[in-house]
Amino acid sequence: MIALLVRDLRLAVRAGGGFGLGLAFFLIVTVLIPFGVGPETGLLSRIAPGVLWIGALLACLLSLDRIFALDWEDGSLDLLATAPLPMEGIVTIKALAHWITTGLPLVLAAPALGVLLSLPPSGYLWVLVSLALGTPALSVIGTFGAALTVGLKRGGLLLSILVLPLYVPTLIFGAEVARRGAEGLAVQTPLLMLAGISFGTLALLPFASAAVLRINLR
Amino acid sequence: MMPDLGKYAFAVLASYGVSLALIVVLVALSIRRARRVRAELEKIEERVKRHG
Amino acid sequence: MSIWEYANPVKFIRTTDRLLPGVSMAAVLCLVTGLVWGYFFTPDDYRQGATVKIIYLHVPAALMAINAWIMMLVTSLIWIIRRHHVSALAARAAAPVGATFTVIALATGALWGQPMWGTWWAWDPRLTSFLILFLFYLGYMALWSAIENDDTAADLTSILCLVGSVFALLSRYAVLFWNQGLHQGASLSMDKEENVADVFWYPLLVCIAGFVLLFVALVFLRTQTEIRARRSRALLAREGRT
Repeated sequence: MIALLVRDLRLAVRAGGGFGLGLAFFLIVTVLIPFGVGPETGLLSRIAPGVLWIGALLACLLSLDRIFALDWEDGSLDLLATAPLPMEGIVTIKALAHWITTGLPLVLAAPALGVLLSLPPSGYLWVLVSLALGTPALSVIGTFGAALTVGLKRGGLLLSILVLPLYVPTLIFGAEVARRGAEGLAVQTPLLMLAGISFGTLALLPFASAAVLRINLR
Repeated sequence: MMPDLGKYAFAVLASYGVSLALIVVLVALSIRRARRVRAELEKIEERVKRHG
Repeated sequence: MSIWEYANPVKFIRTTDRLLPGVSMAAVLCLVTGLVWGYFFTPDDYRQGATVKIIYLHVPAALMAINAWIMMLVTSLIWIIRRHHVSALAARAAAPVGATFTVIALATGALWGQPMWGTWWAWDPRLTSFLILFLFYLGYMALWSAIENDDTAADLTSILCLVGSVFALLSRYAVLFWNQGLHQGASLSMDKEENVADVFWYPLLVCIAGFVLLFVALVFLRTQTEIRARRSRALLAREGRT
């Protein structure tokens, strides 16, 4: 399992692996928002937590189809399926690799981008915490979507239609934590709900993803 | 006979119009596809039968 | 005789062929009766005026939009557990019907909300959940039409339906939490019987019956169509091979 993780990470970091693309996308979205809504500081600082969450979510979405596509094309996914690893383990590792290469950089970049949106000082911590807690769920849910669309030629658009509705609860609670944190309100309830969703999806969804992948490899 | 809808005439009439139109379209599409698929299947089955 | 006999496609087609005219007639009868009764022969509400007539479309459509998803969930489960093709195809047949009902519920809701709340749309929990439900229908139908192999498509959409149901429920609670109490939403809810006077209640019941029958008739017809289309594909594939 560790070997698979290391291999996935190496492939992602290598040129053409798409590492950093998500990050660049996140930056661009954040830069575009003030062009769209105007540079007024008060407005920007009010919407900053939500914008950061949506930007992170879209950036995460962008790289989902890479989770299985390359392995599917060169046949290594079939090899993995016959390996002594359980399929559930494989999809969990794939999700973890996706999170390390996409989610984690987004989490770390969010405070820096918060500066651009004049995020209130009290917000930095909570944006960081909510993204750190929420992006694993995004990766796991995204892995499920990627498993569903793995064999399709033009699965990219379909993938986003399938995955975005599934992102709704995570986004609501995550953005709520960030927003309340930025406004100095109590964050305990949405934080607990967000953690619940993250751990719940992490525990259960790999089974669905593995079932889907088995069907697709049939 | 016609009920007086007063100032809400637009809302009520538009609701009925939109809903009934959507239902009619859905039913029409379902029936059309049913007919087409049925005819196609009959054609194919006949061909299969003829060729043994 | 067990219910599973209807899982045989031939038997299903034969039975539904017999039932279809009756169910369709009953659906038309109920819809016409209920809507005419509701439109022409019920008084205006003292608070909402004539807009109360929208209820005869709005509530049944909303009800069936949710019930259609539940039916898809059940048939998907039956497909996963017992692998009856008819079951999977029935889920596929029901999805566009459910999606249409969702659109009707949303559209009539917007038209109703405009004079009552002064806005077409509010991010009220109920409204938002329905919009999300619609997105789920879209994804489900898109996945069905994207996959060529019938069995694979049935398997994948069934699992999507299961996972989607869990997330739809989660979204429902998330949305309640997100915009709780900001809007009057529930005051317009006619779910509770005591909210509706009898004059509105009886024609509403007839309309609900009409929508249920319409749904059943459409699902029968569309499932037949899916069975036939599938058989055509199978025959063509066999022809191509020999």
